[in-house]
This record gives sequence, C-alpha cells and structure tokens, in this order.
Amino acid sequence: MRLTFRSAAAGLILATLTFGGAQMSHAADNPNPPADLKAFQKYFTDKFPKVKLEDFVNGPYSMDEGLYKQWKEKEEFPPYEFALDAGKELFNKPFKNGKSFADCFPNKGIGVRQNYPYFDEKQGKVVTLELAVNQCLESNGEKPFSYTKDDMASVTAYMAFTSRGKPFDIKIPNDPRALAAYENGKRYFYTRRGQLNFSCATCHVQSPGDHIRAEVLAPALGILNAMPIYRSEWGGMGTISRRFTSCNSQVRAVPLKPQDDEYRDLEYYLSYVSNGLPISGPGARP
Amino acid sequence: MSNRMMRLATLSVLSALLVAGATSACAASTEADYKTAYAAADAANNEAGKLRNQWTTAVKALKEAKKAAEAGDFDKAVAESKKSEMLSKAAIFQTNEQKDAWKQMEIR
Repeated sequence: MRLTFRSAAAGLILATLTFGGAQMSHAADNPNPPADLKAFQKYFTDKFPKVKLEDFVNGPYSMDEGLYKQWKEKEEFPPYEFALDAGKELFNKPFKNGKSFADCFPNKGIGVRQNYPYFDEKQGKVVTLELAVNQCLESNGEKPFSYTKDDMASVTAYMAFTSRGKPFDIKIPNDPRALAAYENGKRYFYTRRGQLNFSCATCHVQSPGDHIRAEVLAPALGILNAMPIYRSEWGGMGTISRRFTSCNSQVRAVPLKPQDDEYRDLEYYLSYVSNGLPISGPGARP
Repeated sequence: MSNRMMRLATLSVLSALLVAGATSACAASTEADYKTAYAAADAANNEAGKLRNQWTTAVKALKEAKKAAEAGDFDKAVAESKKSEMLSKAAIFQTNEQKDAWKQMEIR
C-alpha cells in the first residue's frame, strides 16, 4: 500500500512537473511585448540601481560620473547645433511642388518623434522616422536623402528636438504582422553575428558601463531616444541607420542595407522596450 | 647490417619522404587551382549572404585572392581563397547555431 502510494505521488509530481514545465516553456515562447518591456526595464534598473529610469537615455553618460560632468559641459555648446539649424531650414523649405515635410506628418511633424517607428497596416511593415522622411520626399517628387548622415541626420535631429521630453509611445497593433515584426527585431537584437561572434546584446545588455578600448558602452535601454547623434568618433552626425550599420561592421559582419526589414524591425523592438522614457535627441556621444 | 646503419637507413628514407612531402606541399599553385579554390570560396560567401550573415573578413579575403591572382601570385590567391571559404563556412555555422541559441541571451 505504502509502495502504491509512493508510486502515485511520484506520478503526480512527474505529471505536475511535465505539465508545469510545458506551460512555462509555452509561455516563454509566446510573444508577449508588455512582459518583455517590464523585464527589459527591470533588468537595467536592477543592474544600475543608482541611475534614474529617465537618465538611461543619456547612454554612457548615465553610467559614469566623470563622463556625466563632461556631457553637461558639452551641452552648453552642443556639437549637433549646426545640424539642428540645417534641419530646421530643410524641414521648412518648400518642395518644388509647394508642399513641405509638414504636409506628410501628423501635427505638421512637430513633437511626433516619440511615435516612430510604427507599424503601417497598409504597407504591412514597420515605418521608421527615417523611412517616413524619404517616403515624404519621394511622394512629392523629391530625391531621397542618404539614410546614414547629412540631410537625414539634420531633419531627424530637428524633429527629435521638437519632441524632447515626450515619452516613447510605440504601439503594437493587434495585427499578427506587427507582432511578427516585433519578434523579428527581438531575434536580430539577441542573435550573434560577425567574426567576433557578438550580438547587439553582448555590448548593450551584458556589458553597459564597461569599456571597449576607450569607449564606454551604452545600455540598450533608451539607446534610441537620443538619436540622431553627433559622434566624435564619426566626426559628425549619424542616424539610427548609421548606428546599426557601423555596429555590424565593428563585429566584422557585413552590414545590411539601411532600412532593410531587419533594421526597421530591430528599431521597432528597441523603441518599444524603451516606452515611457523621454526623447532626448539629438544627442552627442564620444 | 649493424643497428646503427639500420637506424641511419631508416632516417634517410624518412627524411627523403619528408622532403618529398614538403616539396609537394610547396609546389606552386596554378591558375586552375586558384579558380577551383575561388569558386568554392565564392559559393560559401554567397550562401552566407543568403543567410544575411556575411563576414567582412571573408569578403576581404576573397578580394585579396582576386587581387593576388591578377598579379599572378597564385599561391597567395589560393591561400586567400581557402581562408575566405573557411570564414564563410564559420559564418554559416554561426547562423544555423544561432537559430535557437539567441533565446538563451534574451531578458525574460
């Protein structure tokens, strides 16, 4: 009898473990963006308990007191100022057909940076601010900008500037394609690539605050809120496209084309998990 | 034959074999060798490209191979082709391995 009881108990425990385990693994594989966001932000706030949530948007400057002081001084004469002026001028300059960027965006393009990227159900894909800028130009018969720097960096710098302080508000509509894009972006973020066998997460999740040579690695949380940025290493402004392609090159992976699906989806994922953090762009980085 | 002589004879034969082996390994590569090696490297690089994970070093080695072949240095051209192929095969392996392995790094 005792033996039968033991066998029954063991069977029950085994069944519970099997069922529970299957449920856990099922839950873990089921896309759940709100749970991802919560876990993502918790990871960083637990790792850096002294850094306020909204300060993560200051990247490496939020990780190091000395750098923070340097940044505060730099902000008195910010190196992105020329790009801001150029961006404002470009933004307001009428196209040949008399229209301008204001005609392509909600609220005439002012204070809207926090809503990009979004999933466009008509196009069936993620639309980033950079893509929207070029779609605006092309739909008005203008030549598109290069995605990585110069005019694109200037216009998006101006648009970010008019949105400073507004929290990222990225939405994932109830559309399986949107969820698939989000998941694709997440997969890209964590996938190792290139000869150095690094993923985006290797530097920006596992090692923020650490040095790679003289550079302090930025946390992934809030990393896009400051875009576009002036980088001393680049000697100029760069967009999110530039950031992604140069990260790939640094790990010895051949970069994809700017605004390829993977990059737009990556931007979608990274922006979503930074929801609630304020736009701080344009930024300046070492 | 004394033991000593026996050893010497064995050593001579071994040395001869080693020299023959080394000579054959160092034999100059031909244009045909290069073409074969380059085609294999190019195919591996294209496969890595289809998987969206080419390595910059593999592409660079492929360019170096072509450059060396154009300069008539087929030894270098073959060596660079083989290096490129090896790197692209590693990239393909990495891509396949990461299909599921990426989840281990995910913040949950």
